[in-house]
Amino acid sequence: MEEVAFFVGAIGAIGGAIAVIALRNPFYSVLALVVHLVALAGLFLILHAEFLAAAQVVVYAGAVMVLYVFVAAYVGGVEEPIWEPIPGQRLLAPVLAAALFAELSIAVLGTALTAFDSEGPTIQAGFGSPAAIGELLLEKFLIVFEAASLLLLVAAVGAIVLAGRKQEAS
Amino acid sequence: MDVTWYLVLSALLFAIGAGGVLIRRSPLVILLCLELMLNAGNLALIAFARAHGNEEGQVFALVVMVVAACEVVVGLGLIVAMFRRRLPLNVDDMRELRG
Repeated sequence: MEEVAFFVGAIGAIGGAIAVIALRNPFYSVLALVVHLVALAGLFLILHAEFLAAAQVVVYAGAVMVLYVFVAAYVGGVEEPIWEPIPGQRLLAPVLAAALFAELSIAVLGTALTAFDSEGPTIQAGFGSPAAIGELLLEKFLIVFEAASLLLLVAAVGAIVLAGRKQEAS
Repeated sequence: MDVTWYLVLSALLFAIGAGGVLIRRSPLVILLCLELMLNAGNLALIAFARAHGNEEGQVFALVVMVVAACEVVVGLGLIVAMFRRRLPLNVDDMRELRG
């Protein structure tokens, strides 16, 4: 049962990822990314990360992707020219990506860490629940939590400065 | 399912995202490919959390999500600013800062 769920989620995630880079229209790429994110949320659920799966769907597939859809609709279709600054870039790039995958796979499969060859230790009932994550965030990782909120504030102000209309034309 | 499966899947998703950054020239799609790579990292972090039976990796993944949201906001702000100034939305044409 778990295997079936994993492979369904993995196929959804890989298919969504390939569709993101293969579709010509940026709008469809954004929609493919939503498929990818929802499939990943399913994988998070199998890994007992319940709060993160919910956050992935609500924050990522919901809020962030709406932002993308708005910008894709505002900017409109962007035609990509055939001209390439580096000759053969479009042919070389998949080769480099495949090489990166092979390298990472060798690192993962060749590792001597025996923890990866099992499902992981048995875990108690509340693993990955909002209560457990919140306790960690507010006790052990309080400074990280506050830094993240500060970073979000800075990003919001930065976006307004970057994209806002100038009052006087300079 | 062994945790190795999740790690190999995350490596594959990361490679797809990296290939997308190299292939596509529209800054909007390049941002989408960055999202792919960040989410591959998130999957690896959560798989590590499962492998060690420890939730701290999930907190890491949550922080990565926050950073990704900030990156999206600033990146989309830049794209809107480029569009407003009628600059070409093509990363090969925006090469003035190249050394």
